[in-house]
Amino acid sequence: MDYFDRFAVPHPSPAIYASMVAIGLTMIAVVAGITYFKKWGYLWREWLTTVDHKRIGIMYILAALLMLFRGGVDALMMRAQTAIPDNGLLDGQHYNEVFTTHGVVMILFMAMPFIIGLMNIVTPLQIGARDVAFPRLNAVSFWLFFMGAMLFNISFVVGGSPDAGWTSYFPLASNDFSESVGSNYYAISLQIAGIGTLLTGINFIVTILKMRAPGMNLMKMPMFTWSILITNFIIVFAFPVLTVALALMTMDRLFGTQFFTMANGGSDMLWANLFWVWGHPEVYIVILPAFGIYSEIISTFARRNLYGYNSMVISMVAISTLSFIVWAHHFYTMGHGAMVNGIFSITTMAIAVPTGVKIFNWLFTLWKGKIVFTVPMLYSLAFIPIFTLGGVTGVMLAMASADYQYHNTMFLVVHFHYVLIPGTVFAVLAGFTYWWPKMFGFMLSEKIGKWSFWFITIGFNVTFFPMFITGLDGQARRMYTYSESTGYGPLNMLSFVGAIGLAIGFALIVYNIYWSTRYASRNISNDPWDARSLEWATHTPIPEYNFAVVPTVASTEAFWDAKKKGFKLFGGKVEKIHMPNNSGVPFIMSCIFFVWGFALVFSMWIIAIIATIGIFACMIHRSFEKDHGRYISVEEIEETENKLRGAK
Amino acid sequence: MKIKWALLTILFTIATVLTGCDNPLMVLDPKGPVAATQADVIMISIWTMAFVVLVVMVLYIFMIMKYRASKQRDDYEPPHIEGSKVLEIIWVAIPIIIVAFLSVVTVKTTNEVEATPKGYGDQEPLVIYASSSNWKWHFSYPEEDIETVNYLFIPTNRPIEFKLYSFGPISSFWIPQLGGQKYAMSDMVNTLHLAADVPGEYMGRNSNFSGSGFAQQTFNVNALSAKDYDKWVDEIKATAKPITEEKFNELLKPGHVGQSTYTGTHLEFSPAPEGENAGHDHGSSDTEEHDSKDSHEEHSEHSNMNH
Repeated sequence: MDYFDRFAVPHPSPAIYASMVAIGLTMIAVVAGITYFKKWGYLWREWLTTVDHKRIGIMYILAALLMLFRGGVDALMMRAQTAIPDNGLLDGQHYNEVFTTHGVVMILFMAMPFIIGLMNIVTPLQIGARDVAFPRLNAVSFWLFFMGAMLFNISFVVGGSPDAGWTSYFPLASNDFSESVGSNYYAISLQIAGIGTLLTGINFIVTILKMRAPGMNLMKMPMFTWSILITNFIIVFAFPVLTVALALMTMDRLFGTQFFTMANGGSDMLWANLFWVWGHPEVYIVILPAFGIYSEIISTFARRNLYGYNSMVISMVAISTLSFIVWAHHFYTMGHGAMVNGIFSITTMAIAVPTGVKIFNWLFTLWKGKIVFTVPMLYSLAFIPIFTLGGVTGVMLAMASADYQYHNTMFLVVHFHYVLIPGTVFAVLAGFTYWWPKMFGFMLSEKIGKWSFWFITIGFNVTFFPMFITGLDGQARRMYTYSESTGYGPLNMLSFVGAIGLAIGFALIVYNIYWSTRYASRNISNDPWDARSLEWATHTPIPEYNFAVVPTVASTEAFWDAKKKGFKLFGGKVEKIHMPNNSGVPFIMSCIFFVWGFALVFSMWIIAIIATIGIFACMIHRSFEKDHGRYISVEEIEETENKLRGAK
Repeated sequence: MKIKWALLTILFTIATVLTGCDNPLMVLDPKGPVAATQADVIMISIWTMAFVVLVVMVLYIFMIMKYRASKQRDDYEPPHIEGSKVLEIIWVAIPIIIVAFLSVVTVKTTNEVEATPKGYGDQEPLVIYASSSNWKWHFSYPEEDIETVNYLFIPTNRPIEFKLYSFGPISSFWIPQLGGQKYAMSDMVNTLHLAADVPGEYMGRNSNFSGSGFAQQTFNVNALSAKDYDKWVDEIKATAKPITEEKFNELLKPGHVGQSTYTGTHLEFSPAPEGENAGHDHGSSDTEEHDSKDSHEEHSEHSNMNH
């Protein structure tokens, strides 16, 4: 029986049992539904084996939305627990698990995949390419991320969630202080998802550098594509550090090495440094694409070209470089002296300069424009003042002497929510609404969209603003409760009220998707927003090959110039198109990765060894496989094109 | 439009709340020179940043009021504008000046708070070892040869040097009204300089998450005049029992304990991880091999004690 004990959740509560039942029932319902409607073949052929960047992007976004709600429920539980002093809704252990999974899920399994999903759908279209450079690798990336995320999520019902914070500081996360398998889940599921992300980084760098349409030199790329290029460079430089740190952590926890432990010369400070050497660039991995999304949307709905294109590019390059030399500001209080802290303070504050350049360029993109307040534009406009507030508090936190007072308090928590929510979350919601018609061929309801926008924006400020005050009043972060005498009660209750507003806003987004899917008009043009870049130059729905004829580009706003100045985008004639074949191997290999990860979490060595052999077998199979792709004939292309034109 | 006014109102409210005197926020209500320096830095940065926010807000409101489509002619075509060298130089240069100003403030004050507080230089600092274990604080006074658990008495108007370390996870020693925090870690000793100007009771806590009992890992700080402090020390010496290794090991077990007082300190039988007892080699050539071996054994002992 002992063998099976470790699979039990160490601190079960009714909520966990209820989730077990709910997860079980949902899985049975999904399997039964697919079987009843005879969709297994469709699912396998069209989705599980696809290498099409658009479908992979959609799957990324679906997974990210699921995770948004998982992380959102965690957040609601935290706000509910702290809404009143000495609340007994959650005990300390549960609260610790909840804030740990909230952080990991939101950053790694919500923000990143949402961004990667949008970049998958949009980037190849914006540069006039037929797909990414390595379509099958792209499928591997997605499935590895997905399996990593699933592995992380089952920790909730099998074996127990990680509870050492999303930063997983040692020695707290060592076997001495975290005895459950929770931190094993952390190390291994992040490792699996991280490999997927690293592959994405390589894939998109090559795609953008090698597959741009003729005439599109680097300084003629749309700003979103620029942000994606820079982001992927950060991924390629930062993620190997995480890979190594997690590997060391895994060895500490599973094989008794002493890299980060308290005994035998292990160093807890080493973990903190490695974590943040990856962790700080990671922040920019989720924020730079957001800057790209806003640049596209603000320019589209101000009906003007982006102001200061060159300085926008330069500032992003500057931010990405600086992002690697500021990591120690996450632990000024570790005792590395005034000299080191002074240097890191200055590098950190320096980031405000290129970021300020971007804010002013966006403001001046509005200048002399003709602003239309659509839902994507509302998110982008709300972003500017809220993000500025987040940014200036970042400068305050950067000042080491004062940070000794902000560190580990709610002030810090509210700072990063003030940059990450208007920065990343608003951006992905804006981008999601903006590119939705290109993905699915109909618009989301503007009316419901505006309701959810106001709920989210106001709810967000009501939730988080009070924490600036409680932080300065000495409320430490990650406390599951506090006594009434501290006086934090009323403001925390206000936060909870705001959190409910946020929850309503997000629920309205789901309702909007449902409503629009049922009732929205399918009769829309290829370019419903009157936009400016190449993704709007192709048909809606987008044919598999994206562009029948590869476009020729002469400016940063090729499609706009084609509409307004009569530039000819599609000069050539239709030729047969080379496309990659679908493959089930990425999915199968990632499933084996899941088994491998699960086996490692529970130290089941024989299964882990078999799974390792399986993973290598998949790679060997790929190495010897002869697959030269296939051609779409000219007749087939013309038939598709005529059908799509006729649909209008 | 609503949102901008809401934001302005919020900004105004925060300024009022922060400077208000009715119920000042802990961090902005300093009772010692270090916290006072930090509160000044915070207010300087808030006002500087308020200026930045104001500039952005004015431009922002102007742009979205003036250039909305509903205020333009239907046939208005926005022009193509590449950018402006002059404007771009302005919004690079001014932020650089602001950052430079704040950098000077930061470097100067960081050096200040990392040293004996100004005006206290002529006094011998009182050294107190503050060590954390799950989820308690142990305060050892080598000078007075006494030890307390979960509460701290300090004399006012005398510089205090806290020597911080941990018997478990990284903890952060923080008394907001006396000054900012610093980590207590298992493999090295950190020094935190504080001083109290005003007698009174203050809140102290571990602010760095360290497991399930973390929320309650607090301690009371009582700042007394030199005379009262000496009286307190004499009283402890007359009444408290000596701390023994067995008693101390019992205290180290994970959990919560109340306040208690002992004569002697645990440093005698369980020295702090500094000098030859440091948890890892910092590369100093004078550490002999057998010394570092000793310290390793010492540390395995510490970690075992926490099981």
